[in-house]
Amino acid sequence: MIEGILIGLTTALTFQNIFMVMIGCFFGTIIGMLPGLGPMTAIALMIPITYGFDPATGLILMAGVYYGAVFGGSTSSILLNAPGVPGTVATSFDGYPMAQQGKAGKALAIAAWSSFAGGTLSAIYLLFMAPSLSKVSLSFRSPDYFALMILGLTAIAAFSSKGQFLKAMMMVVLGLMLASVGQDSLSDITRFTFNNMNLTDGISFVLVVMATFAMSEALTIILKRNDPTAAAKQVSLTELGSIKINKEERGKMYKTIPRSSVIGFLIGVLPGAGATIASFLAYGMERNLVKDEEKEKFGKGSVNGLSAPETANNAACSGSFVPMLTLGIPGSGTTAVMLGALLGFGIQPGPRLYMTNPEIFWSVIMSMYIGMVILLILNLPLIPYIARILAVPKNYLIPLILFFSITGIYVMSFNNFDIYLMIGIAVVATFLRLYDFPMPPLILAFVLGGLMEENLRRSLLLSNGSWEFLWDRTLTVCILVTTILIVLWHIYKTLTKKKS
Amino acid sequence: MNINTTKIISLLFFIFSAFYLYTAYQIQVFAFDENAPFNARTFPIYLGYAGLFFSGLKLILPDPDTIKVEHKTLEYKKTGILILIAIIYGATILKVGYFLTTSLFLFASYYFLGERRWILMFLLSFPFVAAFMYLLHGILDIYLRDPFLKYIGVMG
Repeated sequence: MIEGILIGLTTALTFQNIFMVMIGCFFGTIIGMLPGLGPMTAIALMIPITYGFDPATGLILMAGVYYGAVFGGSTSSILLNAPGVPGTVATSFDGYPMAQQGKAGKALAIAAWSSFAGGTLSAIYLLFMAPSLSKVSLSFRSPDYFALMILGLTAIAAFSSKGQFLKAMMMVVLGLMLASVGQDSLSDITRFTFNNMNLTDGISFVLVVMATFAMSEALTIILKRNDPTAAAKQVSLTELGSIKINKEERGKMYKTIPRSSVIGFLIGVLPGAGATIASFLAYGMERNLVKDEEKEKFGKGSVNGLSAPETANNAACSGSFVPMLTLGIPGSGTTAVMLGALLGFGIQPGPRLYMTNPEIFWSVIMSMYIGMVILLILNLPLIPYIARILAVPKNYLIPLILFFSITGIYVMSFNNFDIYLMIGIAVVATFLRLYDFPMPPLILAFVLGGLMEENLRRSLLLSNGSWEFLWDRTLTVCILVTTILIVLWHIYKTLTKKKS
Repeated sequence: MNINTTKIISLLFFIFSAFYLYTAYQIQVFAFDENAPFNARTFPIYLGYAGLFFSGLKLILPDPDTIKVEHKTLEYKKTGILILIAIIYGATILKVGYFLTTSLFLFASYYFLGERRWILMFLLSFPFVAAFMYLLHGILDIYLRDPFLKYIGVMG
């Protein structure tokens, strides 16, 4: 492991990679502060740029954008009660009341230090857990992988659907259907191309991400008459006050941060769960663990109540890298986008990544430490200035998002068919968003579609077409039972909600 | 059964899945692969049935959390114009070239979204695209075919 850490440090500490972490964190913080534009949009817009770099640098840039966006989202939660990303909703419960009491600077400082500590601690957990899990996952066979993908897709549908599980499952199927367009990987037989040569190689992953996130989010903002920059305009005018944290407050944070980082990391590792669930669970857990006197302060500006979700959401970001780096199966929509980008580089993440491309594996982990320091420097003193940059009118922001989306696709194929296809998918996605059909399950399914078919093919061929492979191995059975439990839990939750 | 837009979307998805399934059955496979446990049409067939299953369930089951969209408050006109501009952009980019079409695309988008600060609109379209093009073409070495710039003698 020491050798790996040194390889990672050597790669992460190059001038180019440090610069990329800075750019990623800065860009992520900006996007994270804009309600409506999440980390997936930020990463999607970055993909065409990353293809100009080596894979390690590309992934470092995207990782920087990811935790930068989660970090940035807390600012608008605290100052305006308008969370930039869903993972920072719980931050507003105590951050906003604190800001209303004239302690906005202090709230931002608590959030920044908690995020820093959460991210750093979880990067340490990742450092120890990822190599061990990589070794364990070498024993995984095709049926286990197939079952794991079913689990990942079911979990993301269950957790991201806001109670609309069937809608999310329809999006999963749609994502898998889109992934099936083009040549079959084994026989080279073309499928669903309708004799159109442009579809022979399938639909580009970047195109689907740009269409369903960047372009569709831009169209949704116009359609719903939202103004994501309004929040930034207010932030730039807000008086922050002192950013000093006193001894008593520090004492409270010392207790909250370790436990919230553990829960955040573990939730992040689970497929489908992520920063949002982690932050809510950490908030709830913290409320149960503190003394009655402190419990009463929850929702009114509690230090513990602010520190817990902020620690957990950043810890979950690092945790979500575990299944992607070790199993090659992303646990969230955001890491699915990164996985797709890595596949574009010709790199297959999974248990062997640890051995075949140690510089990628370790440099991403090591760059997280650097990223956390950069975020701390960025978030505390620079937030009002970043907000001023953000206060650009919507009339410029939206065309520029469309410009980066379309240019990103055009420079990859030099083909106007892809532009039409992107517009078509974006229009459908915008319409589906209006009726709360979630997009992350579609992206995860699209990324996993090829791998899923490949593992099902191997499993069925090895078992002579019998579905016995699903209960032949204990590991496969355990994964499938977990999947069934998630579905049953979701049905139970829906039924109890209906009764209440 | 309460018919709402979500149900209509589910019905459309059901029809789409049925069409997908029909097309999946039409995929030509090699003769020796016809009876293999897994061939090029196996996975799409499962997907087709999965699509029918989930959309069918959504159609049949009651939908207590009906999403109501206030269509009157939605900005269909500007959204439609932006989509139309993007389509025109796609139709002209190969013939006219990257620089002019992209600059006009940006300029037109700013205009139709209600912007009227002409100098800023100009700066954030033509010079902005020129700088971006220099980044792609000059620094990142990504070749951009541009008949317009070639015609006026800027590009070789």
